[in-house]
Amino acid sequence: MDSESVETFYSVESALSSSSIRSNFSIQSKASGRNSIREVNFGDLGSKPVRYGSHGAGSETYSISMSQREINDEDARLVHINDPVQTNERFEFSGNSIRTGKYSILTFLPRNLFEQFHRVAYIYFLVIAVLNQLPQLAVFGRGVSILPLAFVLLVTAVKDAYEDYRRHRSDRIENNRLASVLVNDQFQQKKWKKIEVGEIIKIYANETIPCDIVLLSTSDPTGVAYVQTINLDGESNLKTRYAKQETLIKIPEKDNLTGLIKCEKPNRNIYGFQANMEVDGKRLSLGPSNIILRGCELKNTAWAVGVAVYAGRETKVMLNSSGAPSKRSRLETHMNLEIIFLSLFLIALCTVVSVCAAVWLRRHRDELDYLPFYRRKNFSEDGEEENYNYSGWGLEICFTFLMSVIVFQIMIPISLYISMELVRVGQAYFMIRDTQMYDESSNSRFQCRALNINEDLGQIKYVFSDKTGTLTENKMEFQCASIWGVDYSGGKAISQDQKDGYFVKVDRKVLRPKMKVKTDPELLQLARNGKETEEGSHVHDFFLALAACNTIVPLIVDTDDPFVKLIGYQGESPDEQALVYAAASYGFMLIERTSGHIMIDIQGERQRFNVLGLHEFDSDRKRMSVILGFPDKSVKIFVKGADTSMFSVVDRSMNKNVIRTTEAHLYSYSSLGLRTLVIGMRDLSTSEFEEWHSAFEVASTALMGRASLLRKVASNIENNLCILGASGIEDKLQQGVPEAIESLRTAGIKVWVLTGDKQETAISIGYSSKLLTNKMTQIIINSRSKESCRKSLEDGIIMSKKLTTISGTTNYTGGTSGAGLTPVALIIDGTSLVYILDSELEESLFQLACNCSVVLCCRVAPLQKAGIVSLVKKRTADMTLAIGDGANDVSMIQMADVGVGISGQEGRQAVMASDFAMGQFRFLVPLLLVHGHWNYQRMGYMVLYNFYRNAVFVLVLFWYVLFTCFTLTTAITDWSSVLYSIVYTSLPTILVGILDKDLSRRSLLKYPQLYGAGQRQECYNKKLFWITMIDTFWQSAVTFFIPLLAYWSSTIDASSIGDLWTLAVVILVNLHLAMDVMRWNWLTHAAIWGSIIATFICVIVIDSLPFLVGYWAIFEIMKTGLFWLCLLAIIVAALIPRFVVKVLYQLYVPSDVQIAREIEKFQTQTESGAVEIEMNSILDTPRR
Amino acid sequence: MDANGATTSSADGGGSNSKASSKKNSRKPKYSRFTQQELPACKPVLTPGLVIATFTIIGVVFIPLGLVSLSASEHVVEIVDRYDDSCVPPNYSNDKLKFIQNADTNKSCIRILPVPKLMKKPVYIYYQLDNYYQNHRRYVKSRSDKQLRSKSAANDISDCTPEDKTKDGPIVPCGLVAWSLFNDTYGFSLDSKMIQVNKHNIAWKSDKDHKFGDDVYPKNFQTGGLIGGAKLNSSLPLSEQEDLMVWMRTAALPTFRKLYGKIDEDLPANKKIQVEIQNNYNTYSFGGKKKLVLSTTSWIGGKNDFLGIAYIIVGGLCLFLAVFFILLYVIKPRPLGDPSYLSWNRTPSGGQPN
Repeated sequence: MDSESVETFYSVESALSSSSIRSNFSIQSKASGRNSIREVNFGDLGSKPVRYGSHGAGSETYSISMSQREINDEDARLVHINDPVQTNERFEFSGNSIRTGKYSILTFLPRNLFEQFHRVAYIYFLVIAVLNQLPQLAVFGRGVSILPLAFVLLVTAVKDAYEDYRRHRSDRIENNRLASVLVNDQFQQKKWKKIEVGEIIKIYANETIPCDIVLLSTSDPTGVAYVQTINLDGESNLKTRYAKQETLIKIPEKDNLTGLIKCEKPNRNIYGFQANMEVDGKRLSLGPSNIILRGCELKNTAWAVGVAVYAGRETKVMLNSSGAPSKRSRLETHMNLEIIFLSLFLIALCTVVSVCAAVWLRRHRDELDYLPFYRRKNFSEDGEEENYNYSGWGLEICFTFLMSVIVFQIMIPISLYISMELVRVGQAYFMIRDTQMYDESSNSRFQCRALNINEDLGQIKYVFSDKTGTLTENKMEFQCASIWGVDYSGGKAISQDQKDGYFVKVDRKVLRPKMKVKTDPELLQLARNGKETEEGSHVHDFFLALAACNTIVPLIVDTDDPFVKLIGYQGESPDEQALVYAAASYGFMLIERTSGHIMIDIQGERQRFNVLGLHEFDSDRKRMSVILGFPDKSVKIFVKGADTSMFSVVDRSMNKNVIRTTEAHLYSYSSLGLRTLVIGMRDLSTSEFEEWHSAFEVASTALMGRASLLRKVASNIENNLCILGASGIEDKLQQGVPEAIESLRTAGIKVWVLTGDKQETAISIGYSSKLLTNKMTQIIINSRSKESCRKSLEDGIIMSKKLTTISGTTNYTGGTSGAGLTPVALIIDGTSLVYILDSELEESLFQLACNCSVVLCCRVAPLQKAGIVSLVKKRTADMTLAIGDGANDVSMIQMADVGVGISGQEGRQAVMASDFAMGQFRFLVPLLLVHGHWNYQRMGYMVLYNFYRNAVFVLVLFWYVLFTCFTLTTAITDWSSVLYSIVYTSLPTILVGILDKDLSRRSLLKYPQLYGAGQRQECYNKKLFWITMIDTFWQSAVTFFIPLLAYWSSTIDASSIGDLWTLAVVILVNLHLAMDVMRWNWLTHAAIWGSIIATFICVIVIDSLPFLVGYWAIFEIMKTGLFWLCLLAIIVAALIPRFVVKVLYQLYVPSDVQIAREIEKFQTQTESGAVEIEMNSILDTPRR
Repeated sequence: MDANGATTSSADGGGSNSKASSKKNSRKPKYSRFTQQELPACKPVLTPGLVIATFTIIGVVFIPLGLVSLSASEHVVEIVDRYDDSCVPPNYSNDKLKFIQNADTNKSCIRILPVPKLMKKPVYIYYQLDNYYQNHRRYVKSRSDKQLRSKSAANDISDCTPEDKTKDGPIVPCGLVAWSLFNDTYGFSLDSKMIQVNKHNIAWKSDKDHKFGDDVYPKNFQTGGLIGGAKLNSSLPLSEQEDLMVWMRTAALPTFRKLYGKIDEDLPANKKIQVEIQNNYNTYSFGGKKKLVLSTTSWIGGKNDFLGIAYIIVGGLCLFLAVFFILLYVIKPRPLGDPSYLSWNRTPSGGQPN
């Protein structure tokens, strides 16, 4: 998603956020989001296009806006089922053939060139090359001047062509795949590309869907089809899709199935679909659960029949195939400023040259006609005297200016952009290959999705972390329950006698849940005893609710033992899974779920319940409910949801004690860091049910505002509940999280946790992740109005100031932030943030947050997460990083300077939006402290070095121009000028940019404070730039003037001295790099010495071409001792100042990095053992 | 600027990655010292010892080198005689241009050069021009190296304007460089005895063998409206016109010498050499100076003290720096790799946050 869609979220948000409840929406998406229903729909109950749930605001708000839009005729596409001819006669629907290739053979050249010239660098190249083609301006040979541009263009074009060829090839394979399509009442094999909208397609198990189809019928009698959407959103769990009851019964080959589908125009929303289908005069509504998208695979279903509605490039998957948003790194932004300086410098040089040239021309204007080396007059034309190649004074100046731009063009280091890209690719290669950032449990490597912000990783000051799935594993485990006011939390371990867990026998086959859950023996006993006692009946209802009130689909899997089958629960919410597994362990095993009923094995006795209605979870209600018809014809509603929302619909008059004790239990659960859900139920009278049923029917077939209608219906029935109890689910902390957070904080990175969870849960996770400590003073802001917000913020600021000044440290001191004696933690909830964000209170919140060493925001909506990130981003120059795993983190990830996605349980939306993706939170430590530090240091050095490298060469050319009547003659041959940045000096800097390490991984992890170097911008800043430029000036002067003075009034010819300058500059520049290389491995040696040797070879080759002026010059000059003496003198004299300054700095103003390097060098033997242990504790533990 | 490229490539990378994952079961990166960036490497740290040693070595190497260069330069005996002014007869001294442009004036001129020291053979004869921009862009480009090389390229004169062709056809050798060929001549005599000037092998062998063709003969040279300098013997191929070759190796700097010839005998000290100069070349129009130079040679080339002095200065500076760093090290040593110098250990109130 790009920034545009972020903005649309905002607009939707603001449109809806008039009430505080509304703007709080999906606050609970983490806490109780697990009991969400996403794409589940029941055919006979109509469909609900709104997809609520844990995937948060991104898609949520989008689908709200979608559902509120009625399908107008002009916005709709009409699909005649099984009548492709009629379907396609009026509208030009695209066929199913896809074309991901960008070019055809004919369009390749123009289009590719057009795209390449979108880069400013290439346009600069082109302008220079074109200028050089003008005869007056031809500084370089024409061929030579085009060479660099042509080379870059060619390389890119070949790369593009190859990639396009591969795309074409895969398109061809894709287009020629076969699918069975109903033609003349028979299913026939047809190539994918031939499929048309309106055709009926039959897909068999494990086949890929060729286009977006609306399900008509499946092999399952209830019309369920399971699909795997891994190609679409990366989620590997099976999703259920439903065929409509009306079409289910028809057999396409026999019954002439006709009908009309009216659906929305193709769009990118893969979670939204809205349509109506008219079959047999009936109007049915279709939602996202009735459509299977191209790219999905059919699983666990023998076959499915559907009608194609979107084909080819109009399918949702094709519309979604775009890359991640691109960000620009901070260093590059700073660099652009320096590039402007360099441009100004270039202009200054050119102005100097042209002004001097003007003065010279003016002064010699009387001599020019016959001056042997100017000869303005041309006598060769018959007696006529005319000016030769002279266009007047003004134009000559102008030409001189342009020519000097051409000669000094590499002052703007265009090659730097190319080098930077190569370096980043190299850095990304090493980050991806880092074994310490490989997550074994999810089998995922580190991913670099954005290639242009590697170096930002070394400058992060703020980390905004999601909690669930990021700090915690998002693997839920049922821990304890409070039923009817009694706390059952004795399940400490799986006891011996029930090691095998609960199982049921069906047809002499054993059915066993896939996952075992710790059970409380007392509760287990109660559950087994059945409903005899009052206690027992409450327990019975409680577990029945757990087993029934969800959207879990049981899947039975064979094992090696033919008599044992495992039952696995597929669902999208891990909380629900945990609850259903728990219910199964206590003897309430969900066996079967179809659209109309569920089968639950209760203590070995199979019972069938009719599912009369189901209200999906949504973030307004923060609860879901199911209406069950019992075998004894009674009807009950079971509701589960977040405590706040549940207690508001509980009948307070009943069982006050139970409510009170349950509340107490809830508090204690959440302070243990457990996620809590409250479960309630109510008997429905027949009249109540009838009333609800008719309302529900109306709402679910409504075409306008169906979502809000359904919500209203649900709210009406979900009231006066009798509370059954509450469950506590443990959300396990991910491995290494406390250590990682500690490392990050030692490194001077502020870690803010933004979570949708409850305050108590958030605080308890804060303690267990060592974010909060007992020493800290907590400032908690829970306000319900703007005024109280203002007041608590002001109080907070005063308090935090007091506390931090008492302890005597300010929190701005780089690496030691939060090191005060009384650190302050700010805990703020989403409701308060509603009043603060986007108002004048933002500023005070920022101040307060800056004084605090920890900030914990709980119950925040996805957009508030982004709001908090932008709050910090707007007010500081510090870099921000957001890390998260779910769709609700997408906006935050995109807002932050660096977005990191965790490829974990919650699908891949966060990963898709992120710049970097990895498997575990703790990889943030090696990513930032090690790779970030390296990347930043390397890139910073490389940029400075590239500026220096090009400027020194330009200045040498410039000095010479001063001795040639300012006519831009170059002693250095054209070829060397061009090869200078391509061959002579490019490889070492790229290699050093990829490989050089200032410090070893071990030291960087041992002293996280070393990360401060990047935060303080130690490797690239203005001061360094100017120092480098002064050094450049000196070095170029030495390089130029030593030979000049040594060869003054000698017989030296231009080519020879040019060769001397070429070699001197190249050796100097490479030795300069060599002096700064911190780790010499064989590759560095090869690159640096190889470049120098390559330069010698190139110069020799150039001077062996008899048609060039400088023929044999290098051999003549190399024979003389003076040449070698000059070379040595240049190199030593040029490098001495830099060396002295470097030594003085390192010895007397040592940076932390420098000291750490020395420690590394001199103390490795003594300390290696200790470090090893420390490293293991932080890093090496993941092996499981 | 490179947003497009980067995103597409990253997207592609992601795609191929996911494909790879389905093929392989474990995507764990293979361990190698290269991929983990742990190649064996040398980590130089600038210890005081290393720094002092570096400066000492440079100093120790540079000062002798400087002394050797200086002495080599000292051993070169050089006679420089500026003659452009003195060789103009007094009656023309106000209008030197007229003198030089007039074909009928007597251009010969006698100069007496005392030999300060014994000049061992070979003694090189140079002419030196000052303020003459042989590196001027218009001038440098106004030549045709192809034409010089082979007969067939006689018409390759596109770069040679305004000296490209006459009515009779292309000029060989064309261009301003050849056109402005130096044409002063020198005759030497010692004690009224002519000294033989050896004008062979004054050009580079490579020029004779490859750059200037042995089948290319001067044609239409200096026949145009304006005579720039020397004429060439049109019966000799260019490969034997060594003066031209020397001249066409355009000088790098505005003050330059060109080899005129060699004297293959010793010139004894305190003798006076008489030089008869044909002062033909016009440098008066732009105030250029002409000098005649007789010089012996050494391994360092001609007489030039600059490099020797530079070496001694650099060497001296390095020795000074070596001493400076020794003193610094003695007075204010800093133990290398002492963790207490780390910034977070220095601040008293600092310490590890918990």
